[in-house]
Amino acid sequence: MEDITKTFSKEELEELDKIIETEGKNPGGLIPLLEKAQGILGYIPISVQKRIAEKTGIPANRIYGVVTFYSFFTMESRARHRIQVCLGTACYVKGGKEIAEKIENDYGIKVGESTEDGRFTYERARCFGACGLAPVMVVDGKVYGKISVENVDEILSQYK
Amino acid sequence: MPGKTVADINNIKNAAQNENDAKKDLTKIYVHMGTCGIASGAIDVLTALRKEIKENSFKNAKVITTGCAGICSKEPIITVEVAGQEPIIYEDINAEKVAEIFQKHIMGKKVVKEYAFARGMEAQIKERIKNNGKIPGQTVVDDSIQGIEEIPFFKLQEQRVMRNRGIIDPNKIDDYIARDGYQGAIKALTSMNSEEIISEVLDSGLRGRGGAGFPTGLKWKFAAKEENEIKYVLCNADEGDPGAYMDRSVLESDPHSIIEGMIIAAKAIDSHMGYIYCRAEYPLAVETLNKAIKRARAYGLLGKDILGTGFEFDIEVYEGAGAFVCGEETALMRSIEGLRGNPRPKPPFPAHAGLWEKPTILNNVETLANIPQIIVKGSEWFSSIGTEKSKGTKVFSITGDINNVGCVEVPIGTTLNTIVNEIGGGVLEGKHYKAAQLGGPSGGCIPLQHIDVPVDYETLQEYGSIMGSGGLIVMCDDKSAVDIARFFMEFCKEEACGKCIPGREGTKQMLNILNKICGGKGSKDDIEKLEELGHVIQKTALCALCKTSANPVLSTLRYFRNEYEEAVSKN
Ligand SMILES: Cc1cc2nc3c(=O)[nH]c(=O)nc-3n(C[C@H](O)[C@H](O)[C@H](O)COP(=O)(O)O)c2cc1C
Ligand code: FES
Repeated sequence: MEDITKTFSKEELEELDKIIETEGKNPGGLIPLLEKAQGILGYIPISVQKRIAEKTGIPANRIYGVVTFYSFFTMESRARHRIQVCLGTACYVKGGKEIAEKIENDYGIKVGESTEDGRFTYERARCFGACGLAPVMVVDGKVYGKISVENVDEILSQYK
Repeated sequence: MPGKTVADINNIKNAAQNENDAKKDLTKIYVHMGTCGIASGAIDVLTALRKEIKENSFKNAKVITTGCAGICSKEPIITVEVAGQEPIIYEDINAEKVAEIFQKHIMGKKVVKEYAFARGMEAQIKERIKNNGKIPGQTVVDDSIQGIEEIPFFKLQEQRVMRNRGIIDPNKIDDYIARDGYQGAIKALTSMNSEEIISEVLDSGLRGRGGAGFPTGLKWKFAAKEENEIKYVLCNADEGDPGAYMDRSVLESDPHSIIEGMIIAAKAIDSHMGYIYCRAEYPLAVETLNKAIKRARAYGLLGKDILGTGFEFDIEVYEGAGAFVCGEETALMRSIEGLRGNPRPKPPFPAHAGLWEKPTILNNVETLANIPQIIVKGSEWFSSIGTEKSKGTKVFSITGDINNVGCVEVPIGTTLNTIVNEIGGGVLEGKHYKAAQLGGPSGGCIPLQHIDVPVDYETLQEYGSIMGSGGLIVMCDDKSAVDIARFFMEFCKEEACGKCIPGREGTKQMLNILNKICGGKGSKDDIEKLEELGHVIQKTALCALCKTSANPVLSTLRYFRNEYEEAVSKN
């Protein structure tokens, strides 16, 4: 296991501890705690899970079970920008698959992977509720609707 | 902070209505800013509009930011209402167009016909029809623009759950109160007891809108009977069907209607704590809900002593973490407890042992949004539309190869044909309707030969589909039925919790066969195997996710078997 103090800064760990302090007390607080922890650290590696376990008394294997159950959580660090291509039904029937394939081919990445230059992490998603604008792609939380294989590059070029 | 009283709320209501009257000479500009609007550029439009107002020192404007306007394919949309004139809805607006509209229409009082979509506002359709297409006191500016009451998309809808969309600012509780908001909660808290509330809801015939269609009043009755100091009211805002967004639309445009519905439910079963479980993919909805809850607390509508009635109830928003199965009720409760969202067998039913083993009711967003009006207007009003067994309206999000993509609310029993071809404006030019998928991954499709079926719980089931939560995706001839079935099976395989063998292995095997067929390597036997496996899973899987996972396959086999046969004919 990696050394947590080398992976994350002192400030980040302080913030993490603060969240553990406040959310850890709630009986159902584990998921909000993990959501917030990921918000600060970007991902939840084993070292972080262990720290949460030690400080809250929640068994480490339960934390691991939760992290791996919910697709929102990731144990891998992400690149600078996060691409989420929607493959919900509305987007699928409107050509979302072609968009996903284009990104996979052009950038040489598969679902869950990051580009070697650390620029993009690529994921598939299940509906952002913007189905009216299908096909949809979300980059760093910004929703792009009615996209096409032709204008994907233009959108992504804004993210360096 | 001391809470407000019933009289205070009524004063706010009167004051807000008076303010609307007092501001009659202002030009109102509504900018519709739901997720779809924002993704289409509504923020740029709003910024450009504010800039024009400022640069021109225009004092006479009131900008109102609302949620979704309903017709997503025309976003960004703004509505301009010059004092004394008919409101004009503009479609497909951008920063340049809004600058032009500002100069010509808002300053110059001349409609920019080129960008105009319709005259009038959705909330005034009934009044416009009554008065031959206008509203007394408003001059008609250009009658070559279509009146909103003439457009099938709007005319054929019946706005109840969505009655406030496009006109109120979801972040302003006063806007909601001005439109009779919280009157249902006041009535329930001050003049009704638990039995009276429950019998009103029972009599209304309201059935759960989350998919299963269980009578809401009955669910409440079971929970009310339980004797326990701690009970919970939960709202299911997980909206897992990928391709559906009715609940998001309600959450973003009218969050107080859900809070009010939950207060009434709490009084009915005597609960003091509620949770709204909202999916993480809806950041705007979560933000809007949290703001609304804060305002409601400040107004004494949530908290220890609601409106001085002595009743206590509060709500927290709980963000999901991306697992479809957590929309299922028992899994949702495990998730709030901070555990893996594994469903568990029923009984025990949640009404007896739900969240943290306490008596719990769970209702869908749309179900709860119906409640306040049932209490205010009565069960008879509610059940005046719909079919014999299914009362009221249903909201659908219609998407796919259709002209008018959007959220529509129709009386239950409206035919699929009306929804697709009239409200939806038919399929895209040059294409031919093949089928509409209802109920998402647990549902089935309705092909052309049955397009005249009335959309209600029982009829859809007869045809191998389900009402579902309201996702309605229209597909045309160019889509392969087998590929769509494969798509849904892949979804179910990935989302299955893995606890039971039929769910885990069955979905995997079915997906393998479907992949084989789609890849051109299938054989005739495979079709039979699919059918067999489908029936086994239906009978033996543990929870509803996997039990229903074969539905899309069985439904496409029922109507498009020829496509399967064609796909395997080469082998
Ligand atoms: C796999 C699965 C997913 C579900 N997802 C949702 C959902 O996203 N939203 C919802 O309201 N109900 C969903 N349901 C239905 C709920 O279990 C439950 O019946 C519903 O929330 C009850 O509310 P209602 O009676 O108001 O419809 C789902 C059910 C299953 C089996
Ligand atoms: S299906 Fe892609 S946003 Fe809903």
